[in-house]
Amino acid sequence: MRINKIILSFISAVAILLSTSVVSLAKVVGDKIVLGAAISLTGKYSSNGVHTQNGYNMAVDRINSMGGVKVGGKTYKFEIIYYDDESNPKRAAQLAERLISQDGVEFMLGPYSSGLTKAIAPVTEKYGVPMVEANGASRSLFTKGYKYLFAVLAPANLYLDVAIRTAVELNGGKGVRIAQAFEQDAFSQDVRLGILDAAKETGSEIIIDDKLPKELNDMAATLVKVKQMKPDVLVVSGHTKGALTAIRQIAEMKVDVPMLAMTHCDAAKLSKQHGKNSQYALCASQWHKTLTYKDNFFKDGMTYAADFQKEFGYDPPYQSAESSAALLVFKDAFERANSFDQKKVRDALAATNMQTFYGNIKFAPGGQNVDKPMVLFQVMCDGAGKCENKVVAPLKWASAKLIHPIPKWSDR
Amino acid sequence: MDFMVFQYPMITVQACLDGILLGILFALIAYGMALQWGVMNIINIAQGDLVILGGYIAYFMYLYGIHPAWGVIVSPIIMYFVGVGIYKLVINKVVDRDLFISILATFGISILFMQLMNFAFGADVVLANSGYGTTFLFDSAVVLPNSKIFSAFVSIVFAIGLVIYMKKSKLGRAIRATAQNARAAKILGVDTEKVYAATFGLNAALCGVAGALISITFTIHPYMGLPYTIRSFMIVIVAGLGNLPGVAMSGMGLGVFEEFADYILGTEFRIGSVFLLLVLILVYRRFKLSRKREYLK
Repeated sequence: MRINKIILSFISAVAILLSTSVVSLAKVVGDKIVLGAAISLTGKYSSNGVHTQNGYNMAVDRINSMGGVKVGGKTYKFEIIYYDDESNPKRAAQLAERLISQDGVEFMLGPYSSGLTKAIAPVTEKYGVPMVEANGASRSLFTKGYKYLFAVLAPANLYLDVAIRTAVELNGGKGVRIAQAFEQDAFSQDVRLGILDAAKETGSEIIIDDKLPKELNDMAATLVKVKQMKPDVLVVSGHTKGALTAIRQIAEMKVDVPMLAMTHCDAAKLSKQHGKNSQYALCASQWHKTLTYKDNFFKDGMTYAADFQKEFGYDPPYQSAESSAALLVFKDAFERANSFDQKKVRDALAATNMQTFYGNIKFAPGGQNVDKPMVLFQVMCDGAGKCENKVVAPLKWASAKLIHPIPKWSDR
Repeated sequence: MDFMVFQYPMITVQACLDGILLGILFALIAYGMALQWGVMNIINIAQGDLVILGGYIAYFMYLYGIHPAWGVIVSPIIMYFVGVGIYKLVINKVVDRDLFISILATFGISILFMQLMNFAFGADVVLANSGYGTTFLFDSAVVLPNSKIFSAFVSIVFAIGLVIYMKKSKLGRAIRATAQNARAAKILGVDTEKVYAATFGLNAALCGVAGALISITFTIHPYMGLPYTIRSFMIVIVAGLGNLPGVAMSGMGLGVFEEFADYILGTEFRIGSVFLLLVLILVYRRFKLSRKREYLK
């Protein structure tokens, strides 16, 4: 019994010692600014989680090698502590707590996906830890009055707004008939709300409004309805599985629709997995390498893409680009605040107004980036069946002309 | 609620045909489950994950330029050995225990498989393109992708093949004898250990076929296995063990039910309606059983 007690008190003593020594590992150690991030390295978001991490790492290396961050006349370097949140919101919230209260991190980078960002935001808010996130676009993140959350990307409700407006424009300003199918998750439902708003403003009519389940792999029912009702625009959003399922079944069932607008085409590698069947699909994207935004670190989109390709061996999806942009925003805010005081950094973040290779960044009071429009690209294939994504809207950035209406299957 | 399906008669035909083709594929998976449930008294929660693994085999063949339809030959062969391996490692330790232990064990296998597949193949949704065209019926009012017809056809061929094998071959007879009475079979010289391993292997092989078919008709993702487990469980519950025509009928019934639920309630309730039906059937079965018991009293 006594021995047990002795062992127990020994263990608790060691535990107390350990915990105090961990706390001393604070945000700025020597010449390092330590940022914390919970990232999905395993689980269902692991591929996009890795894209996010690669984006962060690429920017850290670049900023550090180009002189680091200058605060109070001293130069600091970025360092990131990563934890794997297993694609699980509960785990992500725990890890945020751990990063802040045990590892002493005072500045956070966002996780991947709206769901996980939603889980982490209340924690960072509670501790007053500024978080710049690059992968949570759900509108509900920006309506809760969070003061310490900043998103470099455009909110989800704007994803396909451009598509509807373009369709109306091509229809001579008259409203169009819209068929839509959205997965039942925070992000896709926000995209849906955006479409509802755009439809209302343009006098368009929604004739099919289907919801898709999480286990979605068959949307034949929706497509049969589309064949019957012949809408002008078909909108589908259900992450990568939605995009892949839609293209497969539209091609198999030979569904003719003048405009097909989707999300997650590049994450789904549509043109690679489906080749010519994906031709003419319009896809919403936060970024495309051909956009001509510029900054001092990555120069422009094309250079970023080439450097990324060299480092990681694949073409950067927009998830990586926006993640890199998050660090540029942090660097800019630290230098303008000229301090590591969380309140001052937060205020500097709120006053951000800059251009990066990824786009202009300026935050609304809710924390979303209002200065960067979404782009639409269209999958275009050449005679040999090689397909490419070409930006078609907004017109300012367009590198190809939108093909509209989509040719009928019988004419292809 | 949407009653379009009744307003346009052609949609009804489409829904029925889609449902039947899909149901035949489900029935194949359910047949494997019924087989091993009947023989070994094990409810395999990892059934759907074996299906997905089979799908990945076909997908990788497709990646290396082999037509994914060959997956229906290659995938069952590989999956047979995977099945025997699982049996030797885990199932043989729980096969004589009660149902609860085996459910726990296969649940564990299911989680392990999901994570391993995620680790090995990544979390991306993938598919294999068969390049089969489309069949148009009734003045192209009804559209059937040939990949669906192909998968129903292959399922039927494998099911018939398995029935003949069970009737005629030595192993088939041994399996049936073990299912009837394992102890008696053992006394009469059947190596039940071998029979169990073969049964689990056969089940995994059937899952392999179904997975290959799913990779060319739908999509494959490490976490998509559970709905297939639930569906096959449900089909077996309705049909009963050892009732092959019953499994086929209840499979097709479930397929058609799902399609109609999809049209009427909306796609979001598709899987939900299957769960609901399962609960209703279980309640009904219990109700019937309790009446029988009262009668016995």
